Amino acid sequence: MSAHLSPNQLLDRPASDEPGLPRLLAGIPARGGLGLREHLSLHGELPVVEGRGRARRAGASGLIDEVERAGLLGRGGAGFPTAAKLRAVAGASRSLLGGARPIVVVNGAEGEPASAKDRTLLRSLPHLVIDGAGLAAAAVGAQEVLLGVCESSPPALDAVARALEERRGSRRGGPLDGVQFQLRPVPHRYVAGHESALVNHLSGGPALPTFTPPRPFERGVHGRPTLVCNVETLAHLALIARHGAAWFRRLGAPEQPGSALVTLTGSVVAPGVYEIEHGSPLASLIDAADGLTARPRAVLLGGYSGTWVDASRLREVALSDRDLSPFGASLGAGVVFVLSEDACPVAELARLTRWLASQSARQCGPCLFGLDAIASAFEQLSGGAGKRDAAEPRLRSLAALVRGRGACSHPDGVSRLVSSSLDVFALELADHARHGPCAACARPSELPRPRVPRPATAAPA
Amino acid sequence: MTSHRLRVNPIACEAHGMCHELLPERISLDEWGYPILDGAPLDPALLAHARRAAAACPTLALLVERRSN
Repeated sequence: MSAHLSPNQLLDRPASDEPGLPRLLAGIPARGGLGLREHLSLHGELPVVEGRGRARRAGASGLIDEVERAGLLGRGGAGFPTAAKLRAVAGASRSLLGGARPIVVVNGAEGEPASAKDRTLLRSLPHLVIDGAGLAAAAVGAQEVLLGVCESSPPALDAVARALEERRGSRRGGPLDGVQFQLRPVPHRYVAGHESALVNHLSGGPALPTFTPPRPFERGVHGRPTLVCNVETLAHLALIARHGAAWFRRLGAPEQPGSALVTLTGSVVAPGVYEIEHGSPLASLIDAADGLTARPRAVLLGGYSGTWVDASRLREVALSDRDLSPFGASLGAGVVFVLSEDACPVAELARLTRWLASQSARQCGPCLFGLDAIASAFEQLSGGAGKRDAAEPRLRSLAALVRGRGACSHPDGVSRLVSSSLDVFALELADHARHGPCAACARPSELPRPRVPRPATAAPA
Repeated sequence: MTSHRLRVNPIACEAHGMCHELLPERISLDEWGYPILDGAPLDPALLAHARRAAAACPTLALLVERRSN
């Protein structure tokens, strides 16, 4: 999957104070990662907000204020205000008398099979992410940054390793000189990107979620106050530090300013990673991908644990959380998947929910048993076995039963997926309940085929 | 004013079902034997029973949490 430039990008235009797109994807090289020199000539030096001593602290809290004014929301899926996170970690470290220094974790686990935006940034624009992580470290008073990158993406691991090497060999590290960066591969599994799972892994445990509280900002990696931020969030932060909050807000909606990366897959001519303005129409994203390859049946928004929207409403969809809320959807981690009319949604859901069930950390009973039961119900419909007419009501009650009953949000996501599936694919589900599998059930999967899950054991890397 | 709520640590819970035995007023079990809580504040009259249920849980997965509002 390739990264695509936004439709209005001129290739040779330097990133600047101009408010338009592309922002994050400006200057993205066709192959390899953008080098430090090119990065700095494109975006400019980091602003000197982080001197030493008093100046450092003053500048740092200035950055948190700026991020707050910018209204930056986390791009890992939950959309939590980044400034609030920064403040919580900065506060937690201050409250400990002579206590542990905070630590910054870059969340590049990207366990979402239909998402490629974070690995695209890491692979192609690693210095932008490193800038953001370093600035965040300075802002919360951390001297250590752990870059968690999915082990299944060697190009991203290589690019980050090279970028860190480049900075070590350069005198241009500038304001981030006092910050130590460490690259840490993260196991490839769906729940590995949950904050608590990542913290658990980086503390030497398995990459499995833990019972919270304590939340990472209170007790994170090795018990230290920990800031966990998504890769894309930090890249935005690096640009806000340079151009300011007002610049950031010149795109997007007041309650969700700026731009976002989305991964567009499915029945489109040019699938890939695109940068969009929050609130822009889904139709223009599809146009930017040179249109559809088949008549669409529905669009999955957010991620594999996202929400389906019927294709008949495709023209009404705009890509911001406020615009998506009437559909019960949110932008999540920016996954947009177009399912064609040729596919059998029931068979797709049987495969998808079986995979999601396999990705349970198998720690919480309701998730372990409930997700398996959900997958079995879809399999009854697409495979024709068992009491098919009981499957639909069974799915409805299981979706309600698993919600909110795990240590992490994995069962909640599956519940959301099932609920919207029952609404959007009601006809197909009823048809399968009455007549059993359809001809299209045997078609190959349209949803990006997740890799065969490995056994639910995870050892520290 | 302080209220008490029940919470379960779903990782620790092994579906022994003691909590339901001791506090059926507030805890039911799903088809696999795991507790279902409603999240509402505890009636003070049930507080002692709730504490007993929490103490009786073999994996200490049931928590009686105090919240000040």
